[in-house]
Parts: sequence; structure tokens; C-alpha cells
Amino acid sequence: MARKTPEVPAASLADIAFMLLIFFLVTTTMDVDSGLERRLPQWQEQQPEDDQQIKERNVFVVLVNRNNDLLVEGEITRIDDLREKAKEFMLNPNNEDNLPEKEPIEVPFFGQVNVTKGVISLRNDLDTKYGTYIAVQNELVGAINELREDLAKSKFGKSYADLERDQQKAIKMIIPSRISEAEPKKAK
Amino acid sequence: MSKFRKKGGKELPPISTASLPDIVFMLLFFFMVSTTMREVTLLVNIKLPTATELSKLEKKSLVSYIYVGEPKKEFQKVFGVAPRIQLNDQWANVGDIQDYIIAEREARDEAEQKFMITSLKIDENTKMGIVTDIKQELRKSAALHINYSSRRKVER
Repeated sequence: MARKTPEVPAASLADIAFMLLIFFLVTTTMDVDSGLERRLPQWQEQQPEDDQQIKERNVFVVLVNRNNDLLVEGEITRIDDLREKAKEFMLNPNNEDNLPEKEPIEVPFFGQVNVTKGVISLRNDLDTKYGTYIAVQNELVGAINELREDLAKSKFGKSYADLERDQQKAIKMIIPSRISEAEPKKAK
Repeated sequence: MSKFRKKGGKELPPISTASLPDIVFMLLFFFMVSTTMREVTLLVNIKLPTATELSKLEKKSLVSYIYVGEPKKEFQKVFGVAPRIQLNDQWANVGDIQDYIIAEREARDEAEQKFMITSLKIDENTKMGIVTDIKQELRKSAALHINYSSRRKVER
């Protein structure tokens, strides 16, 4: 005659589950990794002498000194004002002479568009605080992202992030992200 | 008279704990799904800078990390308070970065190597001198895709 097996006690199940839970609480972290994504320029054996072929009006010079002060195009600026200045530089809405030149480029979806030749040059001192440097980078990236967002809204009526890949590519052609992170000049 | 009075029925029955394991398991699964494993023990103090234009690191397996910051209290006797570089679980110098990147690259599949990202976790009070040196080393080892790790800025 088959004997009935006695029921397994389930009272300790909670304790075991608690132990597992505490183990996972201790060994894992909640933080999502996020940050400013950038691409560094290729390494060149010989550092080129300052690019003379880029005209002065096409360069947006941002200098950060050792006291974390900002010099933008020769003027002392606060970080809060940097975004507006960068946007004005990249757009050059009134085709002014001291803002960058434009050259006509054939872009899908848009046709012939005048695209700016502007380059943002960010230069820092060896003693600049990393936090300030990131804040400045953030404003510059933010300016370009805002311009792209505005263009996407006006042309496609959608947010830039929701666009198709080739639509995003077209917008990237019109508003290029050209931020050059030049290395600080070393005293020789 | 005593017809309606229950005898000894005043005590509450004990609460059943049969569903307790289920609740705890639910919590357990929540934490298992929403968190990630701690990979290295940090030897340096890092307070990340804040930013608004963040992008997420998509594929964890393709990311290699470089930590820079002030050594933790227990190491300050040996190393002082100047910011130092940590790669994996070890202290490193700027010159070690190229080897580290090559080792990280070797560990990945060949098809995935070009999608690799280097995440720089750097304390916000670090001077740019050491950061620039790291960037130059990364350029030399052709690890051009980088991510300046930062926290989301809270609007006030």
C-alpha cells in the first residue's frame, strides 16, 4: 500500500526568499549609466599647426580658464548665456558678416539648403575643473540638439527622436555637430 | 441568556503567512530585473557632474570604464589626495590606458569591436590636465567613441 508522503513545510520559504532578496540588494546597483556622448578626433602623429584654412568668422571660440571663467568670441560670458550664443552662431539667421558663411548643399527631403560652415572650438586650461568643462560641453551639445529639434518640428511635425533614420540623417546634414575639443596649448 | 454568548471566541485567528513567500519573491524579481550587478569595487570617490543632454549607454557588454577621482579615505595614507586613475580593480597610470583598451578590445567579438564605447567616470572636481591626458591616450589607441558619464540635472 502506497504511503502518503507528508507535506513539506513551507514556513522557511519566506526566510530563504528574504535571504536571496538581501543578497541582490547588496550586490547590485540601481544607477542607469548615462552621459554625454562624444567622438574624439583621429590621432595624428604630427599635430597640425593651427588650421589656417578655417576662416576666423567660421570659428566659435570658447575658452575656459583655470578659474572656470568663460571667454566666448572674446567676451566674458556666463554659462547660462552660452546656449543662445551658440545657437545664433550656428544659424546665422540674418546672414551677418561676422557670423559663419553658408554653402548650398543638396539634402534629401529638403532640396537645396544653405548649410553653415561654422565650427565650435572648445579649449580649456590644464587647471579647469572637469565639472565646468562638462557644463560647457552640455550647453554646446544642447544648442545643437535644440536646433535639430526645432527643424524636425517645423519640417516633419515630429520630435527629432521619433523621426526615421534617413530623416534624422538629413537634419544632421543641415545642422552638423562640429565641436572640436582642442588640446590645451602646452608651454614650451 | 447564554444562548448568544460565544465561549472563548474573543481571540483573533492568527494571520496566515502562507502568502509571505510570494510577496518576497515578487520583491526579489523586481530587484533582479531593475538593477545591475556591481562590477568593480571603487577605490576612488566619484561625484559625477550634472548635465541635461544625456544619452543612455545601450549595450553594457560593449562598455569599458575608466574611473578618475580622489582616492578613498583608506588609501589616502598611501596615495595622497591627488586624483588617480582606476582601471578594473586596480590603480593605474596614464600610460596603462592603451594596454587596457587593447585588452578590452581583445575580449570582445571582432564584429562588435567597432561599436565599443569608453565611459569616463570622472569626479567633477578633477582638474582637466589628467582628463586631457586620458583623452590623448584614448585617441592614440583609437578608442574614439566616448561617454562622459554624468547625472541628470535636477531643475529647481
